[in-house]
Amino acid sequence: MNLPFLLEIGTEEIPDWMIPGALESLHMLFEKAAIPHETVRLDATPRRLVLRAEGLPERQADTEERVLGPAQSAPPQAVAGFARKQGARPEDLTLETTPKGIYFSFVKKIAGRRTADMLAESLPEMIPQIYFPKTMYWTGKGGPRFIRPIRWLIALLGNDVVPFALAGVRSGPLTSGHRRLGSAEIVVTFDDYEQRLGDHYVILSAEERRNKIRRELAGIRVKPDNALLETLVYITEYPTAISGSFDPRFLELPEEVLVTVMRHHQKYFSVMDAEGKLAPQFVAVMNIDRDPEGLVRRGNERVLRARFNDARFFWETDQQKKLAYRKPDLAHVTFQAKLGSYLDKTERVMALAKALGGDTYAIRAAELSKCDLTTELVKEFTELQGIVGGLYARAQGEPGPVWQAIYDHYKPESMEDAIPRNRAGQIVALADKLDTLAGCFAADLIPTGSRDPFALRRAAQGVVKILVEGRLEIPLGDFIDGNERLRSFLEERVKFYFKDIRGFRYDEVNAAMAAGWSNLVDLEARLNRIQDLRPTPDFEPLAASFKRIRNILEQAKFAGDGAAVDERLFREEPERQLYEEYRRIQGQPIEKVIARLRPKVDLFFDKVLVNAPEASIRQNRLTLLHALLKEFSTIADFSEIVTAS
Amino acid sequence: MPTFQEIIFKLKQYWAERGSIIQEPYDVEVGAGTMCPETFLRVLGPRPYRVAYVQPSRRPADGRYGDNPNRLYKHSQLQVVLKPAPEDVIEQYLGSLEAIGIDLRKHDLKFEEDNWEAPTLGAWGIGWQVMLDGLEITQFTYFQQCGGIELEVVPAELTYGLERLTAFLQGRDSVYEIEWAKGFTYGDVRYLDELQYSVYNFEMADISTLWKLFELHEAEAARLLAAYDPKAPAKQRFPLLAAYDQVLKCSNLFNTLDSRGAISVSERVGIILRVRKLAVGVAQKWANQQTEAGSVPGKGQEPGAREQVAP
Repeated sequence: MNLPFLLEIGTEEIPDWMIPGALESLHMLFEKAAIPHETVRLDATPRRLVLRAEGLPERQADTEERVLGPAQSAPPQAVAGFARKQGARPEDLTLETTPKGIYFSFVKKIAGRRTADMLAESLPEMIPQIYFPKTMYWTGKGGPRFIRPIRWLIALLGNDVVPFALAGVRSGPLTSGHRRLGSAEIVVTFDDYEQRLGDHYVILSAEERRNKIRRELAGIRVKPDNALLETLVYITEYPTAISGSFDPRFLELPEEVLVTVMRHHQKYFSVMDAEGKLAPQFVAVMNIDRDPEGLVRRGNERVLRARFNDARFFWETDQQKKLAYRKPDLAHVTFQAKLGSYLDKTERVMALAKALGGDTYAIRAAELSKCDLTTELVKEFTELQGIVGGLYARAQGEPGPVWQAIYDHYKPESMEDAIPRNRAGQIVALADKLDTLAGCFAADLIPTGSRDPFALRRAAQGVVKILVEGRLEIPLGDFIDGNERLRSFLEERVKFYFKDIRGFRYDEVNAAMAAGWSNLVDLEARLNRIQDLRPTPDFEPLAASFKRIRNILEQAKFAGDGAAVDERLFREEPERQLYEEYRRIQGQPIEKVIARLRPKVDLFFDKVLVNAPEASIRQNRLTLLHALLKEFSTIADFSEIVTAS
Repeated sequence: MPTFQEIIFKLKQYWAERGSIIQEPYDVEVGAGTMCPETFLRVLGPRPYRVAYVQPSRRPADGRYGDNPNRLYKHSQLQVVLKPAPEDVIEQYLGSLEAIGIDLRKHDLKFEEDNWEAPTLGAWGIGWQVMLDGLEITQFTYFQQCGGIELEVVPAELTYGLERLTAFLQGRDSVYEIEWAKGFTYGDVRYLDELQYSVYNFEMADISTLWKLFELHEAEAARLLAAYDPKAPAKQRFPLLAAYDQVLKCSNLFNTLDSRGAISVSERVGIILRVRKLAVGVAQKWANQQTEAGSVPGKGQEPGAREQVAP
């Protein structure tokens, strides 16, 4: 008989962003427990992680084991003793012929374990293994760790509770509804579980909660924000959207500030008018079913008003001291204990911006770029650093390229984010990130595994993206202070960018980077050429030949001895032809010559034995191959290309 | 509509009924209710304890001369510590909101991840900020470490922002307009505090005097800590509580110097470490001092702590 299985881990509120990962982890752990099942489904709300599986056998299949006993010639007492030990009668034994003779044997039937027992054993081990980025203990020092306290557990196999205990909580058939709209104790079965939760204002399915919010947003021109939507889906058990409004006079404040307050501090969707401009409205998502008296709406409106008033107060206060006058105050803002203050950083970034070829706009922007860290607005809304500086610079009459550069200089904040819009911004962003990278690496503050407190990966990724997409032909290698670890850190990021973001094949990236990667614009151009060449019929065979050449050279430990190819030492026609071809194509782009070159290379390998017995002839052939390999080595090391052959 | 003081009465009453000792505010300046010995020291060791108190909390840098409707130099926290945290701690907390007249079926309540950390106290915990209709009204923390010590028993700490909560209940946009008692606004009672302390902290505090005071208090704390002997037969007599007062003085002086703009980058980290060292020193010695509490006269007279905690 097949049974359904329901597991609900009831907790206090789990941070929304950790929930999808926790479900994935639970799923993997369940599969690892190797309990047969047909289907499995995972769901979660902030207060519960749920696994439902169907098609579990009541018990595992029975197995048989053949136990060999005494020889046929053994005395009856020995035979009886063996039978007794196996819990059998002597007549149940059979005789079995083995290479060593005839023996008594017994076929022992081992009953399959009950699935309920297996679950009872594995669940208390499995649950604490669910991965969370941060955990706590709550039953006392040394107690189990989980993301938040576990308050109830449901484990039902068919109609029966799978009995176990964890952190002092015993499994049972009781769930808990919405904190305020539902009952605290609800008896459920596998079949009515989701329905019963629904009756108690818990929408179990994230998809349903998402759709409910989407439905309620329909018809309102909200600024699309999927990340916010996901947060709200996982921070509620019964989401309901409500609209509120604010005094249109607040629209005098920069849109960036208003949206940040709504988005980051209040988790509201902002609303746009027909022209796409910010409207004095917002949408909040509650964790209850309705707001008939408008209490929640008015409460949220009042909070937003206070927040906006704060922002206005800061905006006006900050304007009393221009950015330029704030620069000395940066001496009081720590960048990093080992790397000094933001004033120190500013001076370094200015110098670096100049070295990177920045114009006067870029250098001015670099000078003012960190001054907003001393403003009240940024102290309050740290995520607006840079943007606020840009807005103040504009208000204080700095030229367009300068204020835009300040505004953009933290960009790109992710791989999807755009790079700074103008050249000055690109230069300042580069200088800022390179300074952070070089400083942290020099001070041994290097990211390890999942720990990257200074967001150096993001900084390095930003450097790569700006150089490539800004088409900045700056030799990156000149700006890493000869730090070998930083060099390989950046190399990884360059690889990641071209491979994972741009979709070049890994061997193409390896091949092109082997020919150098300091100038990323050039690297990109070479990658494009390789990508274009790749589908042409001659490419892969030639690449295979190049690999062969490299192997031959490596085996012969030949790295070029400075000697030129000596035509007099040619003994075979194909090597002469290859040499002549080589002379003809020298200095020409590979695209033009590949079709002609390939047959000559093929013929060479077909007919010529590189390893000639005579040393001078052999040496001459190696010299020819080495010269050929070198001819294209400024584009790529083609021997890195992985070929089908 | 309850006044500011009625809300305080009701919350104290609510927690008293659930076995908490009601303490009065600590009489040394602190930046947060957590820093009071009733929290900072009581969470250490295995003994159950429940306490609630209103603590005026001073944050010199947050002063706004009484101009800003939401920001105060000195605000009032209701601090509740339940050690160990009861299983239904969240339900009990929600009950306290209903006790002051919030009908939670009609309001939106969310628990948003917010882990608390106080580097100067070597303390951190896991928890949430509790949002009511979009307003943060409480910080809820399960302590994990204090004074650099992993806690034996995990307490729940609830910190209610009383001005905000009252403004919410009274529907006021400015804390100065909330009704403290019938006929008196918060502004009537506290405006001058805000104005004068802002002037002092930002303009008139004498930097060299404050430094001198800092060093005096630091030296006194350090002198006491150095004199503590964990093997002394009468170690229970040793005035670690007095040493801790000196640490609190240092902390407040540091905050004042900071708001006065008197602390440079290079100094800052070092000073935080100096205060932390003292706080951690007190916590560790305190934990040690508690280990043989059996010899203390009056032990076990913590009113009701034991019998009311266990479920």
